[in-house]
Amino acid sequence: MEKPLTQNIRPDREPLDIREYEQAGGYQALRQALQMSPLKIQEMVTDAYIRGRGGAGFPTGKKWSAVPMGDKARRPKFFAINADEMEPGTFKDRLLMEGDPNLVVESAIIASYAIEADVAYIFLRWAYKLAAQRLTKAIAQAYEKGYLGWNILGSSYSLEMYLHTSAGRYMCGEENGLLNAMEGKRPIPRTRPPHAVMVGIWGKPTAVNNVETIACVPYIVSHGSAAFKALSHTEEGGTKLYGVSGRVKRPGIWELPLGTTLGEIFHDYAGGMRDGYQFRGLLPGGASTSFLVEKHFDARMDFGSMDKTGSRLGTGTIIVLDDKTCPVGMVLNLEQFFARESCGWCTPCREGLPWLRDMLDAIERGAGILEDLEILQEHTWLLQLGHTFCALAPGAVMPLDGALKYFREDFENHIRQHRCPYRH
Amino acid sequence: MSGASMLTDEEKREIDEELAKYRTKRAAGPEALKIVQKYRGWISDESLRDVARYLELSDEELDSVATCYNFIFRRPVGRHLILLCDSVTCWVVGYEDLRARIEQRLGIQMGQTTPDGRFTLLPAACLGACDRAPVMMIDEQLYVELSPAKVDEILDTYR
Repeated sequence: MEKPLTQNIRPDREPLDIREYEQAGGYQALRQALQMSPLKIQEMVTDAYIRGRGGAGFPTGKKWSAVPMGDKARRPKFFAINADEMEPGTFKDRLLMEGDPNLVVESAIIASYAIEADVAYIFLRWAYKLAAQRLTKAIAQAYEKGYLGWNILGSSYSLEMYLHTSAGRYMCGEENGLLNAMEGKRPIPRTRPPHAVMVGIWGKPTAVNNVETIACVPYIVSHGSAAFKALSHTEEGGTKLYGVSGRVKRPGIWELPLGTTLGEIFHDYAGGMRDGYQFRGLLPGGASTSFLVEKHFDARMDFGSMDKTGSRLGTGTIIVLDDKTCPVGMVLNLEQFFARESCGWCTPCREGLPWLRDMLDAIERGAGILEDLEILQEHTWLLQLGHTFCALAPGAVMPLDGALKYFREDFENHIRQHRCPYRH
Repeated sequence: MSGASMLTDEEKREIDEELAKYRTKRAAGPEALKIVQKYRGWISDESLRDVARYLELSDEELDSVATCYNFIFRRPVGRHLILLCDSVTCWVVGYEDLRARIEQRLGIQMGQTTPDGRFTLLPAACLGACDRAPVMMIDEQLYVELSPAKVDEILDTYR
């Protein structure tokens, strides 16, 4: 099976330097791309039907096709690569940036060319120190080789690329929060429309895409849309980085066809549960997705199929709940994170999440009452899409909603026994 | 803006490098604060003012940015920062035991600094190494697959 994202990544080995990367076929896709028109690349990405790997699943071709093009577009245009990976349980972009930094840079150049961007920023999470070092080197070497800067490889296309390292805030990973953060403002949402593709950083057209999303683009350019679509098991194109963490035999991350089933990832790749632990449930794609249980093991891990389960694909990195871990405690941990990271712009999120955390804490300590469960459920509606400016609030209540659906008995046992049955 | 900025030449040089990346001075705010924090350990009101003047911002504008980031410190911290991941996967596989061991060993609670100024213990949101959980960072170094015993060994290496 072809692995366009991880073909150069070897565990326990330094990443390829730029010369080795070129010998392995690196930067050939950029040469091919520069022979094509930007609109042709947009068309190929649209046909490849790649949906955004940051978690929202927005079709990348559709996003790019909304960027104003040609002489009438306002300049400079920007490309922002969202590398602010901070979704709890998610460790996929780190693999790409540490494992094949040249691929990330080449991908960013091609993606920028596709929207005729003048400047690209890689918006990197503060904690990713090794990724920062390696990307800095990869960018510098790309400049030396003429892949960045003026008239790239003799074409008339020019691009500047910079690494921006953030200082730690979940909201920076949200598209509009990221735009504000780039401008040196507090990361808070923006009113849309206008969307970033029209009015982004400093009011100029800006495309924002996740690292894994753009990393698919070189393959699409060099192999074509049909080949990219054929990599997957479903109508959505490509491969996907799937991760599993928790008390499984082999926690890890694998590049597999998009649409691989949940059960296959859990059993065949993660090796099932560690001895002495039973499976209770899982979050399929980071903290802001809803719980799934054993009956969902046949479901495919693509955006469309996951939506049908009532959860979301999210980032595709699975977090497993075992039988010796308290589901209420786990949801408390998740809501603690969301309450702490809320940017404070919208009332339901700023006020609602601390209430949820305190209520869950009370239940976990044995001080809850049954009516609390109705209030918890009410909040899963109150923080829904449309009630807040950004999608992080609806995401924050997804695991709570799933826990109330599948582990209600655990909540009730805490309340009836006035203690956490999992603590001795 | 009135009043001279008291940034050192080294700080100014590094901030200038950042300014070259952006279209406005304001955009370099987070990076400038991180540079000054690297040299001074934390961002005092005086340090904040130094950066604000250099970037032609009001103190309040810059502070609104400084205070929204988890790792811009507006209070003093120790020589070494222990950032213990308290997000979901680490919580499932052993965060509470690690926290108890560190707190007991150093005699401080989460959020505090040891009396000798050696360590500050802070919670960190998911550090993106969940397949190797539980994890922590000390300063710039990531430590993975931790156990209380391993934490003891690691802490011994910091002075």
